[in-house]
Amino acid sequence: MTLEAFFFYAFTTLALGGATLAITRRSAVHAAISLMVSLLGVAGLYLLLNAEFLFVSQIILYIGGILLLFLFVIMLVNLDAGRGLRQFHQRWPLGAAVTAIAGVAFAILWSRAKLPPSQTMPDVGNVELVADTLLQDYLVPFEVVSLLLLVAVVGSVLLARKRA
Amino acid sequence: MLEGYLPLFVFLVLCIAFPLAALLVGKALRPSVFAPAKLESYECGIEAVGGARGRYSVRFYLVAILFVIFDVETVFLFPWAVRYKQLGWFGVAEALVFLGILVVGYVWAYKKGALEWV
Amino acid sequence: MDFILLSILKTAIAAPVLLGTLAYLVWIERKVLAHVQLRMGPSRVGPHGLLQPIADAIKLLTKEDFIPSYVNHVYYWLAPWLALMFAVTAISVIPIGPIVEIFGVKTNMGQADISIGLLLILGLTGMGVYGIALAGWSSNNKYSLLGGLRSSAQMISYELPMALAIASPLLIVNTLNLREIVNGQAGYVFGIIPNWNAVGGLQMFSFLIYLICAFAETNRIPFDLPEAENELVSGYNTEYSSMKFAAFFMAEYANIITACSVATTLFLGGWHPIIPNELGGQFIPTLICFFFAGVLFYHALNPARPSDRLSMGVIGAIILGLGLMFQVPVVKDLAQPLFWFASKAGFLIFVFIWVRGTVPRFRYDQLMRFAWLVLFPAALLNLLLTAFVVAAKSN
Repeated sequence: MTLEAFFFYAFTTLALGGATLAITRRSAVHAAISLMVSLLGVAGLYLLLNAEFLFVSQIILYIGGILLLFLFVIMLVNLDAGRGLRQFHQRWPLGAAVTAIAGVAFAILWSRAKLPPSQTMPDVGNVELVADTLLQDYLVPFEVVSLLLLVAVVGSVLLARKRA
Repeated sequence: MLEGYLPLFVFLVLCIAFPLAALLVGKALRPSVFAPAKLESYECGIEAVGGARGRYSVRFYLVAILFVIFDVETVFLFPWAVRYKQLGWFGVAEALVFLGILVVGYVWAYKKGALEWV
Repeated sequence: MDFILLSILKTAIAAPVLLGTLAYLVWIERKVLAHVQLRMGPSRVGPHGLLQPIADAIKLLTKEDFIPSYVNHVYYWLAPWLALMFAVTAISVIPIGPIVEIFGVKTNMGQADISIGLLLILGLTGMGVYGIALAGWSSNNKYSLLGGLRSSAQMISYELPMALAIASPLLIVNTLNLREIVNGQAGYVFGIIPNWNAVGGLQMFSFLIYLICAFAETNRIPFDLPEAENELVSGYNTEYSSMKFAAFFMAEYANIITACSVATTLFLGGWHPIIPNELGGQFIPTLICFFFAGVLFYHALNPARPSDRLSMGVIGAIILGLGLMFQVPVVKDLAQPLFWFASKAGFLIFVFIWVRGTVPRFRYDQLMRFAWLVLFPAALLNLLLTAFVVAAKSN
C-alpha cells in the first residue's frame, strides 16, 4: 500500500466514522467533537487532492470557527439536559423514507453523470490559483460574499439582542 | 505535495506518543490515596452549590458568531494578499469594495451596541 | 523513503531540544520575574537553580493524579493533550534557517516546509481553543467553565486583528510559505538598515498589533483573564493535577514559542543578520559570545559565592567555545542562521516575561472592548494603508 493510499483510507475513516458518531451520540458535546473529527478527515482529503488552501480554510473556518461556535452554544445553555429525552425517535419512519429517496436519487445521478477525468493541479501554488480564479474570473460573486456576510452580521446581532 | 506535510505527521505521532508515555510512567510512579474530599470540585474550599452547567451570558455567543463572520472575511483576504503585486490598483479597489461592505456591518453592530461588553 | 528517514531524524533532534526549551523557559521566566521584583528566583536546586526544571518535572510526574467525581471523563483526559498537541504541531512548520547542504544532503532547517505554512499555524492556534474550552466544560466546576468560556471568547476575538496584522506584511512578501517570507526580507535598505518587514518594510504597526494579539492568544498577562487567580481560582485548569496540569503549562509555553517565532519570521527577518555580513555581521555572534564569556570569567575570578568559581568558569568556557564555533566553515552555515533566529525569538520571549513583570491585568470588559473597538479597526486601517502604499510603490 502506498503512503498516499494509507492516508486516503485513514482520512476517509476519520470522516465517515466521525460523521456516524456525530448523528448517533446523545450527548451534544460528543456529537460536536465527532463532527470535528469528521471535518478534520475531510480537510485531510482536501490535502490529498492538493487543494491546500481549501485544507487550511476548512481548519480555520469550520473547525476553528463554526464548530467552536457550536461548542460554545452547547456550553452556554447546557444542552445535555435534553439527552434523556427520546423525542427525536418519533419521526423515524419519515426520516428513513427521506433518506431512502435521497439515496436512490443520488445513485441515479451518480450512474448517469459523466465525471470529468481527475486532473492534477498545475505547479503554481494553490493559493495563487485560488486568488486568480476568485479575484479575476469570479470577481462579482466574491464581492457578493461580503454582502452575504453583512446580512449575517445583521441577523446574528438582531437574534442575540432581541430582548433589548 | 504530500511529502512536504510528512514531517507534520511525524510530529503529530510524537505528540500522541508523548502523553501516553508520560501517563504510563506516571502511573507507575505516583501515589494514589483515596479520600472523599478529593472527589469534590474545588471552589475555594466551600462546598459547591449546584452543578456548573447552566446558562451563561449570551454575549459569548454573540462574540463567537461575529468572529465566524469576520473570520470568513480575513480568510478571503489571504489569497488577495498573495496575489497583490499582480493585481495592483485593481486589487486596492477590490479590497475597498469587499471591506467597505463589511465595515458597514461593523459600524451597524457597533451602533447596536453588540460590540460592547457590559 | 530518504525523505521520511530525514524527517524522522530531524524530529529526533528537534523533539528533545523542544522539550528542554519548554522546561527551561519556566526557569528563565521565574528568574527574570524574580529579578524584576528584586528577588533571587530559584536558586536552591543546582547552581543558580539550573536543575529546578528537572526537579519540577520529577515532581509533576510523581504527583497524585486524582480525578474529581463530577468530571466528564473522556474530555477531561483529552483536553490537556489536545491543547499540547496543537501547540507543538504548530512549531513544526517554523523554519529556523535557510535550505542548507550538509554532507551532500540538501534540506530545509525546520520540519515541514509547506506553501501555506502561515495559514496552517493560524489554524492550529485556532484549534488550541478546543483544549481550553473542553477543559473548562468537562471539569464541571463553575470557575473552570467560566475560565474556559472567557478564554475561548478572548482567543477568538484577538484572532481577528491578528489575522489582519499578518495579512499586511503579506502584501509586501506575497507568499504564505514561511521560508519564502524570510527570503523576501533579505537585503538592506541603503545598504545598512535591514529590510525586515518591521524595520525597512515599515510594518511597525502590524508588528505591534500582532504582538498585542499574541499576548492575548497565549493567555499571558496583561490578558490572563482565563486564569485570573483572584477571581477564578485558576480558571480552566483548576481541577487538573499531575501531568495533565503540566500539559497545559507546556502548551502555554509552546504557544509562546510559536507566537514569537512567527513574529520573528514575519516581521524581524527570520535568520537574516542585523548588519550585512559584508560589514561584519557574521562576527557579531562570536563577539556577543566572547562578551558574555568575559563577564562570566570575571565573576569566576571574583566569586560572590564559593560555588561561583566553578560554575561561572565552566559556563564561560562553554560560551567561549560556542563563540568560536560560529566561525568554523561547515558548522557556520548551520549555526549562524540559528543564532540570529534564536536571539530574535528569544528577545521576544524575554519581552513576554518582562511585560508579565510590569503590566497589571485588564478587566474583562476592557479586554473585549479593546479587541473589537480598538485593535480590529486599527488592524483594518493598517491593512488598507499598507495596500495603498504598496500599490503606489509598485506603480
